[in-house]
Amino acid sequence: MTANRLAESLLALSQQEELADLPKDYLLSESEDEGDNDGERKHQKLLEAISSLDGKNRRKLAERSEASLKVSEFNVSSEGSGEKLVLADLLEPVKTSSSLATVKKQLSRVKSKKTVELPLNKEEIERIHREVAFNKTAQVLSKWDPVVLKNRQAEQLVFPLEKEEPAIAPIEHVLSGWKARTPLEQEIFNLLHKNKQPVTDPLLTPVEKASLRAMSLEEAKMRRAELQRARALQSYYEAKARREKKIKSKKYHKVVKKGKAKKALKEFEQLRKVNPAAALEELEKIEKARMMERMSLKHQNSGKWAKSKAIMAKYDLEARQAMQEQLSKNKELTQKLQVASESEEEEGGTEDVEELLVPDVVNEVQMNADGPNPWMLRSCTSDTKEAATQEDPEQLPELEAHGVSESEGEERPVAEEEILLREFEERRSLRKRSELSQDAEPAGSQETKDSGSQEVLSELRVLSQKLKENHQSRKQKASSEGTIPQVQREEPAPEEEEPLLLQRPERVQTLEELEELGKEECFQNKELPRPVLEGQQSERTPNNRPDAPKEKKKKEQMIDLQNLLTTQSPSVKSLAVPTIEELLSLVSSQEDEEERNHRQMIKEAFAGDDVIRDFLKEKREAVEASKPKDVDLTLPGWGEWGGVGLKPSAKKRRRFLIKAPEGPPRKDKNLPNVIINEKRNIHAAAHQVRVLPYPFTHHWQFERTIQTPIGSTWNTQRAFQKLTTPKVVTKPGHIINPIKAEDVGYRSSSRSDLSVIQRNPKRITTRHKKQLKKCSVD
Amino acid sequence: METAPKPGKDVPPKKDKLQTKRKKPRRYWEEETVPTTAGASPGPPRNKKNRELRPQRPKNAYILKKSRISKKPQVPKKPREWKNPESQRGLSGAQDPFPGPAPVPVEVVQKFCGIDKSRKLPHSKAKTRSRLEVAEAEEEETSIKAARSELLLAEEPGFLEGEDGEDTAKICQADIVEAVDIASAAKHFDLNLRQFGPYRLNYSRTGRHLAFGGRRGHVAALDWVTKKLMCEINVMEAVRDIRFLHSEALPAVAQNRWLHIYDNQGIELHCIRRCDRVTRLEFLPFHFLLATASETGFLTYLDVSVGKIVAALNARAGRLDVMSQNPYNAVIHLGHSNGTVSLWSPAMKEPLAKILCHRGGVRAVAVDSTGTYMATSGLDHQLKIFDLRGTYQPLSTRTLPHGAGHLAFSQRGLLVAGMGDVVNIWAGQGKASPPSLEQPYLTHRLSGPVHGLQFCPFEDVLGVGHTGGITSMLVPGAGEPNFDGLESNPYRSRKQRQEWEVKALLEKVPAELICLDPRALAKVDVISLEQGKKEQIERLGYDPQAKAPFQPKPKQKGRSSTASLVKRKRKVMDEEHRDKVRQSLQQQHHKEAKAKPTGARPSALDRFVR
Repeated sequence: MTANRLAESLLALSQQEELADLPKDYLLSESEDEGDNDGERKHQKLLEAISSLDGKNRRKLAERSEASLKVSEFNVSSEGSGEKLVLADLLEPVKTSSSLATVKKQLSRVKSKKTVELPLNKEEIERIHREVAFNKTAQVLSKWDPVVLKNRQAEQLVFPLEKEEPAIAPIEHVLSGWKARTPLEQEIFNLLHKNKQPVTDPLLTPVEKASLRAMSLEEAKMRRAELQRARALQSYYEAKARREKKIKSKKYHKVVKKGKAKKALKEFEQLRKVNPAAALEELEKIEKARMMERMSLKHQNSGKWAKSKAIMAKYDLEARQAMQEQLSKNKELTQKLQVASESEEEEGGTEDVEELLVPDVVNEVQMNADGPNPWMLRSCTSDTKEAATQEDPEQLPELEAHGVSESEGEERPVAEEEILLREFEERRSLRKRSELSQDAEPAGSQETKDSGSQEVLSELRVLSQKLKENHQSRKQKASSEGTIPQVQREEPAPEEEEPLLLQRPERVQTLEELEELGKEECFQNKELPRPVLEGQQSERTPNNRPDAPKEKKKKEQMIDLQNLLTTQSPSVKSLAVPTIEELLSLVSSQEDEEERNHRQMIKEAFAGDDVIRDFLKEKREAVEASKPKDVDLTLPGWGEWGGVGLKPSAKKRRRFLIKAPEGPPRKDKNLPNVIINEKRNIHAAAHQVRVLPYPFTHHWQFERTIQTPIGSTWNTQRAFQKLTTPKVVTKPGHIINPIKAEDVGYRSSSRSDLSVIQRNPKRITTRHKKQLKKCSVD
Repeated sequence: METAPKPGKDVPPKKDKLQTKRKKPRRYWEEETVPTTAGASPGPPRNKKNRELRPQRPKNAYILKKSRISKKPQVPKKPREWKNPESQRGLSGAQDPFPGPAPVPVEVVQKFCGIDKSRKLPHSKAKTRSRLEVAEAEEEETSIKAARSELLLAEEPGFLEGEDGEDTAKICQADIVEAVDIASAAKHFDLNLRQFGPYRLNYSRTGRHLAFGGRRGHVAALDWVTKKLMCEINVMEAVRDIRFLHSEALPAVAQNRWLHIYDNQGIELHCIRRCDRVTRLEFLPFHFLLATASETGFLTYLDVSVGKIVAALNARAGRLDVMSQNPYNAVIHLGHSNGTVSLWSPAMKEPLAKILCHRGGVRAVAVDSTGTYMATSGLDHQLKIFDLRGTYQPLSTRTLPHGAGHLAFSQRGLLVAGMGDVVNIWAGQGKASPPSLEQPYLTHRLSGPVHGLQFCPFEDVLGVGHTGGITSMLVPGAGEPNFDGLESNPYRSRKQRQEWEVKALLEKVPAELICLDPRALAKVDVISLEQGKKEQIERLGYDPQAKAPFQPKPKQKGRSSTASLVKRKRKVMDEEHRDKVRQSLQQQHHKEAKAKPTGARPSALDRFVR
């Protein structure tokens, strides 16, 4: 320390000496060459100015330029020294003096001290106070949050809240407090106590318990050793596994993996021999693994590795091989598995097609009611198509008669033939069915057949043959299912005759013998459930199946329906071909006259009115009425000539037509035989909820909560009581005290505050932050 | 009025009032068949032939057995927790081998579940979710309770089964009567009332009382089980229809001119002149509405609790004489001469729906108790069964030789058709299936053409009114075996009836709530809701529920510059925009896909088609 000081004083001394020498030198040089010096200085300055242009040294201290004429102790220049003058240096005496030290200290203190800030104004102070107070109270209050939440979510609150413990104690406890009084009891208990028999929990005596707990020393030792061994083994194994896992060699891992796979395969083989069921499970697992791998697209050539290999493959044989391997693996994985039963299914399918021969006419009603709703299924498109085509031609004659469509007139004969053909198909399929089932039937019923029917049948046969020829020429026109019936049609006709005749008498019987009505009807239905009905319908009411073509396009459907329903043409009826019904009526001579007359009467009665057309008309009107109307805003004569006979241009009309938004599709859009009223029932709507209650954002959510009925009509008594329990129950005659912290489990306020802060620090800190920010903004 | 029992039967005396419990014929057959199958007693040949009985299925035991392995985890009641866990065991130390409540089979619980979970809900907040969870838990609990209480439905429906190959339709009433016990046999009887023409009849809702009215003015009401006559009068006017109002004390009679209401003494209480020339009556028990169809073509709803006409609707379809109600939703079905059946509610001036059912006029309509199936018969001699669950399509059709003039469904879904003087009954496979029209279940021939048909509720009895009087037939398996004692109790006393009346009046359903879907009340009125929302937006000038526009969060370290904020905002906006575009594209695809798939694949030759 002292040495330092000495050095400093020495330095100061030498400086003084220099200062003393300087004036002399200066004077000398001045006297030597004044003009020269001046030019040199200017040059120097210029150089400096130039050098300072490049920015880095711009902030060089400007040289002090004025010459100090006199060197005195009052005028100091620091020229040449290149140091900044520091205040302390000035104060520092040559010799250190104690009087100056105090001043220095003061100076430094002055330097270090900042100015004292102004006191805050009153409002701000108050605001801060308020904030702090708010935070504190918020913290204090937030301890109630869980309690409030719990009470809000509680199904029922019973006030007063403090509950008395239910007085029911387990019987054992009751027993422990119970004392034997009567001598008999005492005796018994004495006996029990003597043997240390447990009185309350009669499972084990203490002795028994102790004996159970005890374990011999050797046994314990053995067990301990065993445990130790197991633990050591485990640790070894773990260490080994860790080590192996750390190995970075890919080749090693590959080898290990392969080995594992092989081993697994071997094990599987063995398992297969030993336990096939387990093997099957294993196989399933393997299959699943394969599936997973396949799903993962691991072996696609899109991975990083594969890409790199692809690049390398050009030059590197190994890489190429690897690529190939990868690809083959990929192929193997992505190959579709062959399903074994495919061929069988195909066979089944063909059988189905054959089976379909008959049911394709049977599209009227669906028998198996336990299946899904058949009307929603669109499986029988082919049937309906056929039905539509079947009904299409029938309409034509009348259309012609109305003079509406002359163009289609030429197709008419074709259409008629088709009708006939179809009818024959139906009949044939019907006969086929009856053939099958009526083998067992007594042949006695054949007696009923009469000559008239035979005539008719033969006539039909001839007709059908004619039509067949016609039809074959037009084969390409026939649809796919049309071809199948054709095959059927080519079957020999004579053998089909009998079954038809066989099934005739049943009808007669149904009319005749009412006693056996039920049985007979079932019989009839069993054998020819659909065809008879179908045939009757297709004849008697050619368009009674308005729902048949519903599978068609919607717009077309309406038109189609309408067209085909406008038929009901007597011309078709007057065709030489009698329908099944007429046939039957002709054939069954036993059928009583009265019945026939009755039926005839009905037919005549219905000949005039076309129920279906009326209905369709009504439906169309209803649909039109329910459609939103377009708004036409065109002003005739605006911007163009107007007047009688002049119409605003189409362009203009299009421009000013405001199209009404298309509403939702009608419910009966696909139901041709139904008109469903789309109007809103405002009276019922008045009873419905129209405002969503608070926590719900979508009406579906709310609907789900009100879907279950509450009333006792729909619920058991218990459930009803539970559903209708009041949310708050107060016990009469009890004082309901305000809730206290002690009730909820908080002890002292300060403590709880802390705990609250710790519990949700985030919330409070964010609040703090916000407030702080606000303060800073202010 | 004389009771004419079947000849050759030892008629049980009318006094047997010992019927504390309803008895099904089946049980007694079983008793009878035990000896026959054992061959111990050679019964009458008829009996031997066609009685083959299933062993009584122990329904409840079955359920229990199944429930042990029911997959659904039950919500076990938390056992009461004591401080000492060991003390849970009882004094004896024995443990309950089946702790917790008995499990319930899942299917039965499913039956009682009311919440439709098929619809996926939009994302909901935590608060909403908790509410939904509570609702679902409640629903599950109540349905479990309901399923458990099914155990109390001890009675089983009766049935009739032929030996293999034997047709049940051949079994005549005499056979059945012979086979069943005396009390059940007493339920088969004929009333020979040839004098006052064809009869209409009506059973009260409890199935205990029967009212009938002959066309020539004969009106009578009786407790048909005990055959105790309540009243018998002649109104000296043509009687078109008769129907009990909510209780058996008030029969309403549609007479030639006006509608009259009598009491159980036969005293005329009301003559309602607003309802004139009424042809058919229907009573809607939960709405207290008497629906009348008149010759003038009006369908009138009369609220019998306040005596006001709620609605008079003009069907615009001429004379109305075919009417029935849908017990599921209280919609009235009217059959018209143009082959349509129209569905009516008093809240709407137009029919709710119109279904074209027949080519000729509709002769009879009936709807089954679940409201699923409607049977119609028309002048075209066809009997059709329609599905009423939205499709209104025929499920099965059958042509009958004469056509059915009257139809009725039983509580368990049996369908009866009256054709001339013959009644045919068809049965389905189960309760929820439509009757299969292939094979009649039973047939019976009466002494005259049928004029009125009704199955007796809670009894296996079919009442037929015809020109020769009234016939009460035994139809095993027709009635619901278990009745709700609070709702319609056949054995209720007068006091109980009065009590019930008050309760029923308190629970009266407003008439305007009748609509096709009775669950509509549990739905939110979406149209009003949206309207209200729109109005609110207009009033406030902004949408309070609208999603706030995205506001990027301030970030530190200079990343919150204006440019980056804008960039982030733009990113979110673009994402939303992309979503929108994607959705609209999808919709377009859907539309195209819908439009396309008609017809076969386009062929190259299509271009030449003109």
